[in-house]
Amino acid sequence: MNATWLVVVLVGAGTIAIKAAGPVLLGGRPLPARFTGVVELLAPAVLGALVAVQTFGAGHTLVVDERLIGVAAAGIALWRKAPLLMVVVIAAATTAIARAFL
Amino acid sequence: MIETKSYRDGARAVGPFAIAVAGFGISFGVLARAAGFGWLAPIVMSATTFAGSAQFAAVSVIGDGGTVATAVTAALLLNARYGPIGVSVAPYLTGRAWWRFVRAQLVVDESWALAAQGDGRFDPRVLVGAGLVLYCGWVGGTAIGSIGGEALGDPATIGLDAAFPALFLALLVPQLKGRRRLQAAVLGASIALALTPFAPAGVPIIAAAVVCLMGLRK
Repeated sequence: MNATWLVVVLVGAGTIAIKAAGPVLLGGRPLPARFTGVVELLAPAVLGALVAVQTFGAGHTLVVDERLIGVAAAGIALWRKAPLLMVVVIAAATTAIARAFL
Repeated sequence: MIETKSYRDGARAVGPFAIAVAGFGISFGVLARAAGFGWLAPIVMSATTFAGSAQFAAVSVIGDGGTVATAVTAALLLNARYGPIGVSVAPYLTGRAWWRFVRAQLVVDESWALAAQGDGRFDPRVLVGAGLVLYCGWVGGTAIGSIGGEALGDPATIGLDAAFPALFLALLVPQLKGRRRLQAAVLGASIALALTPFAPAGVPIIAAAVVCLMGLRK
C-alpha cells in the first residue's frame, strides 16, 4: 500500500474510532472539566500552525511570497463574512494574479 | 424527553451549511488531487473520514513531503475534539451499539451545533438528518473537485498553494472565541514557524499541539 492509501486508511480508522468512542463506550458520563479545557485548545493551536506553515513555509526555509497576499485577501474576505468557497477562490485568484504581474 | 423534531427538520435546517460544505468538498478534491492523491483516494477519504479540517491537514502534510506518521498524527489531533463532542451527544443516541456507532459517524461540527437545543441537550433526529445531508454534500463535492480538478492546470499558476492556508484560516476564525483560544492559535503558529527550519515536514504542526496543555491551568 502506498503512502496515500495508508494515510486514507489510518486517518479514516482513527476518526471513526474517535467519533464512536463516546456514544459506544462511555454511555453519557461527562468528561472531567480539565480535559475539556485541553481539548478545546487543540483545534486553534493546530489550525494556527497550519496557517503559518502553509503561508510562509517552503521546505525547510521561511519565505514571504505571493501566498501572503492571497492569505491577506482571504482574511479580508472572512472579515466581510464571505462564504467559505468564495474565500478560497479569492485567495487563489489574488495569488495567481500577483504571481503573473509582480 | 419529548422529541418533537424529525429527521426532515434537521435536513431542512442544514441546507445553507450543506451548500458551503459541498463547496468545501470541491476545494478538498481539487487540493488533494494537486497534492498527488489521485482522483479516487480523496473520495474514499471523504466517505470514510468525514471531517474536513483533518483531511486537509493530512493532505497538506503529505504534499509538503511529510511522512505518513506525521500526516496521520496531525489529522487525528484535529479530530480529537470529536472525543468530547461524542460524549456530549452520547446520552441521546440510544438503541443498540451498532446503531449508536453508525449515528456517531454523522457527528460533525455543523450537525452537532444544529442538534444542540441550547440547554445542554441534543436532538438525535436533527443530528442524523442534518448529518446525512452534510455527508452527501461533502462526498459529492469531493468527487466533483477530484475528478474535475484535473482541468484546472498547474496548482501554483492558479494560486492553489495559497488556497490551503486560506482554508485553514477560514476554519480557524470561528474557533477564536475568547482570549485563550486566540493565544493558543498565535502560540501554535509561532512554535510551528520556529521549528520549520529544523524539524521534518509535518512535525512542527504536531509540536504546536502541545500549546493546548495550557488548558490545564484554570
